[in-house]
Amino acid sequence: MAVPAVCLEGGEAVRGHRNKGTGLTGIRRYIRFYVGNAYHELATIAPTRTLLDWLREERGLTGTKEGCNEGDCGACTVLVVRLEGERLVWRAVNACIQFVSMLDGAQVLTIEDMRAPDGSLHPVQQAMVDHHGSQCGFCTPGFVMSMVAGRKAAGLGQDERGIDDMLAGNLCRCTGYAPIVRAMRHAMQAGPDHFDAMADDMAARLRTLRDGTTVDMAGPTGRLTIPATVDALAHTLLENPDSRIVAGATDVGLWVTKGLRDLPHVIAIGQIADLRRIEVTPQGLFLGAAVTWQEARAALAEILPQPDEEVFRRIGSVQVRNAGTVCGNIANGSPIGDGPPVLIAAGATVHLRRGDTRRTLALEDFFIDYGKQDRAPGEFVEGITIPVPAPDTVIRGWKVSKRFDQDISAILGAFSLTLAPDGTISNPRIAFGGMAATPRRALRTEEALAGQKWNDATLEAARAAIMADFTPLTDMRASAWYRSTVAANLLTRLYADCGPQAARVPTSVHAACTATGDHAHG
Amino acid sequence: MADANIAATAAPVPGGASQSLRHESAAMHVQGTASYIDDLPEPRGTLHLVPGLSARAHARIASMNLDAVQQAEGVVAVYTAADIPGENQISPVGKGDEPLLARDIVSFYGQPMFVVAATTRGAARRAARLAVVEYEDLPAIVDIAQARENGSPLVWRPMEMKRGDVLAGLEHAPRRLSGRITVGGQEHFYLEGQVALARPGEEGEMHVTSSTQHPTETQHMVAHVLDRPANLVTVEVRRMGGGFGGKETQANACACLAALVADRTGRAAKMRLDRDDDMTMTGKRHDFVIDYDAGFTDEGRIVAVDMVLAARCGWSADLSGPVIDRALFHADNAYFYPDVRLRSEPLRTNTQSNTAYRGFGGPQGIVAAERVIEEIAFATGLDPLEVRQRNVYGTHDRNVTPYNMVVEDSITHDLLPALARRCHYAQRRAACREFNATSPYLRRGIAITPVKFGISFTATHYNQAGALVHVYTDGSVQVNHGGTEMGQGLHTKMVQVAMREFGLGPDQVRITATTTGKVPNTSATAASSGADLNGMAVLDAVRRIKRRLVEFAASHWNVSEDEVRFAPDGVHVGHKVIAFSHLTRQAYFARVSMSANGFYKTPKISWNGDTGQGRPFYYFAYGAACSEVVIDLLTGETRIDRVDILHDAGQSLNPALDIGQIEGGFVQGAGWLTCEELVWDEAGRLRTHAPSTYKIPACSDRPRVFNVDLLENAPNREHTIFRSKAVGEPPFVHGVSVLQAISDALASLDGYRTCPLLDAPATPEMILRTAQRLRRDRPPAR
Repeated sequence: MAVPAVCLEGGEAVRGHRNKGTGLTGIRRYIRFYVGNAYHELATIAPTRTLLDWLREERGLTGTKEGCNEGDCGACTVLVVRLEGERLVWRAVNACIQFVSMLDGAQVLTIEDMRAPDGSLHPVQQAMVDHHGSQCGFCTPGFVMSMVAGRKAAGLGQDERGIDDMLAGNLCRCTGYAPIVRAMRHAMQAGPDHFDAMADDMAARLRTLRDGTTVDMAGPTGRLTIPATVDALAHTLLENPDSRIVAGATDVGLWVTKGLRDLPHVIAIGQIADLRRIEVTPQGLFLGAAVTWQEARAALAEILPQPDEEVFRRIGSVQVRNAGTVCGNIANGSPIGDGPPVLIAAGATVHLRRGDTRRTLALEDFFIDYGKQDRAPGEFVEGITIPVPAPDTVIRGWKVSKRFDQDISAILGAFSLTLAPDGTISNPRIAFGGMAATPRRALRTEEALAGQKWNDATLEAARAAIMADFTPLTDMRASAWYRSTVAANLLTRLYADCGPQAARVPTSVHAACTATGDHAHG
Repeated sequence: MADANIAATAAPVPGGASQSLRHESAAMHVQGTASYIDDLPEPRGTLHLVPGLSARAHARIASMNLDAVQQAEGVVAVYTAADIPGENQISPVGKGDEPLLARDIVSFYGQPMFVVAATTRGAARRAARLAVVEYEDLPAIVDIAQARENGSPLVWRPMEMKRGDVLAGLEHAPRRLSGRITVGGQEHFYLEGQVALARPGEEGEMHVTSSTQHPTETQHMVAHVLDRPANLVTVEVRRMGGGFGGKETQANACACLAALVADRTGRAAKMRLDRDDDMTMTGKRHDFVIDYDAGFTDEGRIVAVDMVLAARCGWSADLSGPVIDRALFHADNAYFYPDVRLRSEPLRTNTQSNTAYRGFGGPQGIVAAERVIEEIAFATGLDPLEVRQRNVYGTHDRNVTPYNMVVEDSITHDLLPALARRCHYAQRRAACREFNATSPYLRRGIAITPVKFGISFTATHYNQAGALVHVYTDGSVQVNHGGTEMGQGLHTKMVQVAMREFGLGPDQVRITATTTGKVPNTSATAASSGADLNGMAVLDAVRRIKRRLVEFAASHWNVSEDEVRFAPDGVHVGHKVIAFSHLTRQAYFARVSMSANGFYKTPKISWNGDTGQGRPFYYFAYGAACSEVVIDLLTGETRIDRVDILHDAGQSLNPALDIGQIEGGFVQGAGWLTCEELVWDEAGRLRTHAPSTYKIPACSDRPRVFNVDLLENAPNREHTIFRSKAVGEPPFVHGVSVLQAISDALASLDGYRTCPLLDAPATPEMILRTAQRLRRDRPPAR
């Protein structure tokens, strides 16, 4: 006996909301969230309706722009605010590949919400005006949202690299970014914004949306389930093996916006507390299936230290890392996902669950072939575990792409090995993305290194071995020749970066420059 | 009175022309309240349109079954070429080679064949994919090499530009070299894709809001397609979310299809292309293969240059003719070629019809000129900067271009050393070499390149503009003109012209949307000409009104006319100062017209393409850039460490906006020559049709140190608007310094003995391949 759903779709903004019961079944038949200060309950929305289309077409909030509809340009950036524990967490996301169905319990802020209640511009907006940060203006709302989010994100944006990271997901074709960066430097110095004053109210309001129930609703265009627990997820999936799990929708979103695919039953798992765990266990670092790249970044950087967090900070952009999950990057089976090679090199295992049956396998064994993974119908990735590397383990991962930020790898090489004081290599684990139909280990190369002294001859042997390990393809990102050549060269880079002391020289253009700034103007 | 045009009218007007002022829409931009076409409220019953695109590069359409499309949910109408009441033709140059919808033959992968109109955009997108089309394949020619091999026809008459006897010059030159450079194309990637909203009116009227750089041409195209006179069609644009040349002609298809559906259904119709469709359908910057043969002296002086510039034009002419011509016009860049011959090959291919893009062929010609300089530098062992300096145009001699125009305003000979001094080029070049001597994997390079860019449309008749200025009785001013705003700040500058003349603040002068209903028969906002042309037209209109007001004030308050001045504190009439609004109210009661249109045509210019004679350009804009890069020899990755630019904007109309054009132009130019790569497969399908695969520069790709300065005390010697210079396209060329700097870094691989012959775009793969080629001549270091 379900509660009749109250749907305010298309309706007026309502202050406050009806915190009504969920009926005898304990199942809620609608989703609820805020956009700005307007409360919404939706009971029939298509589970794949994108936030961007909904904002623009149904809410008339046209400040948020569509630039690419695939999460690459950032013109549609909005903020999703959630209460996690007792902390407000602000996330910039791409509204074009965020489904409305993923927003239960959240407050969405758009560019229309950025002015203070007294009508004055947000410090970020004022800085963009003062520093001539807009030209055509189309990308500008997205930049403003990323900049506002950047101010809220602890530890981001304090230096030039932080600003680069913060804005990597926003493309501008007019300004060359220089005035936007000037505006951001300036805005970082500005005092609190009006949201800081509202934080307690926002938290209080979001707290009332927590009811711990499963959402299950069906409309004319599909069914949406938001399981409250991982057990509920397991059962729902068992009963509906054709349903589609969506965590961050950074991949599935494109099936919808570009592939125009129908997903008749979406199971949104992004907010399942059991799956959002980041834990250090005796086996290593456990990441639940709903842990995003952004959330995992610090823990991953700690357990798999690389200079400059090379790979993890270059996965997608802030907006993509705020939505996309580590396990989603695995479960979708892409041959060019940036996570799997690093995790394979680190010896990660993946935890699968079907109903109440669980199994664990080595991550590399999960990937069978292009588009094919070792996952049965009704089975899902519950999490992964990354073992703590032995002391003296060298971890390196390098992503090579046409563009440094927010690009898909032409090739990604990941390396884990232990160096004895006498230079002997042990336990080499090397994995590559972009070199085969799946992320794959370079077993011949590992063999060429294992037990050898790390010297010029070993390097040459490894370079030869890697040519036998892979037969890559040519595509729009790079030729087979380039991929093979760079795969071998990454071994040289490894040698130069962490080989015997004598060999060590700088090898990355990205580390080579420290000076920044300009003497201009405004 | 010697130069009324440059002297301030009175006390400087804060924010008026020649001073910095924020973009007129800046506050709206940052709040998301600046409306683009898709943001406008939709008229009741608006239909959403999606084009059906061909899936073959070249084929006969054997059959096209649209039943499933028709029957799909939400579909209201499906139209093909047969439904067009007027001409199925949108060639912007009257060549008749560009059907709006393919009828029998498709000529590139992505050509529109039909249009679906549905109640939602989602429904239209889904329906468009349900078409069942049978093709009979025809031979497809995808690239320049195939076009040459197969004797592909030219889309435009080839041009030959020559002066002197190039063959004799080459033969008698002390030294000689020849080579080839390949330069890639470029996707505009305006953030706002192509979009148009058409609303039907009374008795065949059609109002089209279009993201177009050329409202008049869009108006004409819609009129032709609907078979009706131009006075029934109004085209309007408030602002574009970026243009860069990509909406000079490429906006016409969306506008015409929207108008077609609006006309047939009687309902408003909107076409907003999905990014992938946009990139698949629309033309881009032309890629070129340029062969050069150069004679020179041991001192690095050029004696003769012979070049053939071949371009991939795509399936129809579009603007390829003038684009390729402009490549020839700039194949000298800033250098004097004593004997010269430049020839073009505008090749037809079965790909998107390449079109205008910031620089309009000029940058491609300049890349070739700089390669010749570079080759001579390696051949003579001179610093490329020295070779540049020895070959720049003189002011009194060595000052005739390959098209027989005398360069009267050359400043490159001063600009290059000035920039070199400012940025410590010589010391940094030495430091790069020292670094490279011991660095096995990272190499640094540095280069200075100049730009000399010809300002005016080479089609002389385009060099005209109109404006319409209204002064209302309350003293508020409305400025309309024929130019369009795409982010460059044209509207801001036009407001500033009126502010400066009337002594008003920015809140008192309002710019309106560009519409063919207010200013007719306009030219495209292109060729960097927007402020030059429209600024003078606005000035003309403003001064007409001012003359009437001065005449009125003098007689009304009984002072002489030269005692009436417009200043920030009000209108000075004799000894008293009155509010502008007081003057306008009094003028109204005295029945003085306070509305005027203005007109301007560029003086001095003429060009005869057949004889290669004339003066195609009113003046040249100049600048120079120094880029320092570091490259990684293991992966080919690059980083731009530092850029210094000294640019000539004349007496800048708005220094802040002009610096924005230079910074943005540089990064766009650098992107063109580095990370931006268009890839077609063998079937002629563009594989880089979204930002996931086509990479424009991101924030972290900007130069780490980025110093941009305007040349000071450099008023235009010609009578341009307040002695400013055009600034849209010229700074794009500064990106060439990055290509040259990467080449300099690569040259370290064999001790700077060989010119690396680096082609563009210098992607990581291109850099790695070039490095491998350079190493091949030497035994490996290890």
